Amino acid sequence: MRILLEKFSKSFGSTKVIEDMDLDVGSGEMLALLGPSGCGKSTTLFSICGIHRPTSGRILFGNKDVTDLPSQERNVGVVFQSYALYPHMTAAENIGFPLTVRRVATAEIRKRVAEIAALVHIDNLLDRRPSQLSGGQQQRVALARALIRRPDVLLLDEPLANLDAKLRLEMRSEIRRLQKETGITAILVTHDQVEAMSMCDRIAIMKAGEIVQIATPSEMYNDPRTAFVAGFLGNPPISFLKGTAEQGEFVLGDGSIRLPLAALSGMPDGTPLMLGVRPEHFGNGGDVPVTGRISFAETQGRENLYDVMFADGSVLRSIQPVRGDLKPGDDVRWNLDSKAAFVFAEDGRRL
Amino acid sequence: MAQKRRTSANFSSLPVILLLGLISLPLLLMYAYLFIDTVTDSQAGSLVPSQFTLRHWSFLWETKTGKPNIWRVTFNTFIFASSITAVILLVSSMAGYVLSRLNVPARGVFLAGVMVLHAFPSVTLIIAIFVVLQWIGLYNSLIGVILVKAAIDLPLGIWLMKGFYDTVPWEIEMAGLVDGASRFTVWRRLVLPQIKPAIMALGLFSFLTGWSEFILPQVLAPGAQVQVLSVYLAGLIVDDNNFDFGTFKAVGVFYVVPVLILYVFFQKHLMNIYGGGTKG
Repeated sequence: MRILLEKFSKSFGSTKVIEDMDLDVGSGEMLALLGPSGCGKSTTLFSICGIHRPTSGRILFGNKDVTDLPSQERNVGVVFQSYALYPHMTAAENIGFPLTVRRVATAEIRKRVAEIAALVHIDNLLDRRPSQLSGGQQQRVALARALIRRPDVLLLDEPLANLDAKLRLEMRSEIRRLQKETGITAILVTHDQVEAMSMCDRIAIMKAGEIVQIATPSEMYNDPRTAFVAGFLGNPPISFLKGTAEQGEFVLGDGSIRLPLAALSGMPDGTPLMLGVRPEHFGNGGDVPVTGRISFAETQGRENLYDVMFADGSVLRSIQPVRGDLKPGDDVRWNLDSKAAFVFAEDGRRL
Repeated sequence: MAQKRRTSANFSSLPVILLLGLISLPLLLMYAYLFIDTVTDSQAGSLVPSQFTLRHWSFLWETKTGKPNIWRVTFNTFIFASSITAVILLVSSMAGYVLSRLNVPARGVFLAGVMVLHAFPSVTLIIAIFVVLQWIGLYNSLIGVILVKAAIDLPLGIWLMKGFYDTVPWEIEMAGLVDGASRFTVWRRLVLPQIKPAIMALGLFSFLTGWSEFILPQVLAPGAQVQVLSVYLAGLIVDDNNFDFGTFKAVGVFYVVPVLILYVFFQKHLMNIYGGGTKG
């Protein structure tokens, strides 16, 4: 089911969290709300499921205006960060609770709990209480409980934040599989760009209560609208150089480094600029040579990460296949791929 | 459960046990003689009992003149204590939830006010309460004294419950709401079970304070039909003409036995008080 937010605003007391947000999530789509803590992504999620009432604006599920409907009548499934399982009930009772409160017949509940438990692979754990389950198993119970009454919308509030790294990888694909199998419209709230990129069809990146950009993961990675978006996506993150434009060249800080960039032609001299270079676009071929000194080196097994410091103190990151010949303090002359570099105005706008 | 027979390797516990035993000896003797004196006769001033007798326990099967029947009194005490427990549990489990979770106007003022009420010595109010009860016709009735005692104990219960509700994670309620449960169902089926240990503890507390309450029933319900055990017991020593220490002690033992039984059965629940909660 399609979810539509129109001019949605939410404030708590005098604190405005979200102002005039528009968001359109297509039917069957999985969308990530990605952003740093406090950017309003959880507030948005809780407004969609009806726990928060919007201050103004409308929320639509399909063609139905649910803005003033209480949570109970919205038919949304929510998976909370802490899972919020009911500790005094067994897994089966937890999963069946949404049906129990709707007074569905016991036999029917049992049947549907068994079905959904098989779907999330916890059929052998139904008699256990939450405290007897591992984090990943609790997560699956929470998913099953959210899915059992066939909700129109599935909302996931940082569902992987409490899992350890290996389980996180597993549950990432697991949640995506369930979402695809059930064809449900889902919204995932996260601050982890890897989760957002790997699980979702589209990402809405948020900052201070506003959506900065909505795009598919690869679009967003390759064509960020602002420096904030570019900085949020990618691991290891993009590095930024501050400088000015001069005769079609990017001049770094004190002028010791000049990078001829095609994108700068026609720009008035002295325009303050920011150059964003992803680590894979420095030291891996490219057209503009730059000289610097390695200030930090880190091995990641398959790849090495180097920080290269320039004469004026600014730093570029480079990620390269493992090589053993470099150590901090070595001078290097590496090429920078000028076509892949992003040029931002001083205020962060992409040029 | 895990610390069953776990011995500390750092020091021997024997001297500590000896010391504690020595210090508690007077207490132990007091309890021992409380019981011994009820089933024996002894010479005045002697610690060694001279003969076994059950006559001090005769209050159980024969009602003394001018005294109410002991079983009637016990029944009254039981009704008194359990009604107080019921009222306190019912009111404070709901009031605590409201104060903890709902947006009540002037919540802070209310909580502070309740706290002041709790700190207020109830004896100072007793004359006013006496007049009020007399005026509305509840003087010398169990209902009247139950209401008064429950009202006086409520502030503590409300605060305790509020504190326990505060520890229940919000997410559980949110999950309940999106699962389609009404706010009342959420409270009844999801939140209340989380604070079951607190309910058990508060219930036990209320029952015990009700069981041992003396001054309120003494003043507000002294009549033979509505007398409780503490008032009955006090009546025994007030009676200068038939002063009988043996019977007084026997009634005392009789009075304390239900308390002991309660402790035996419910101490596990008291220990369990921090057993609940949720953890992902």
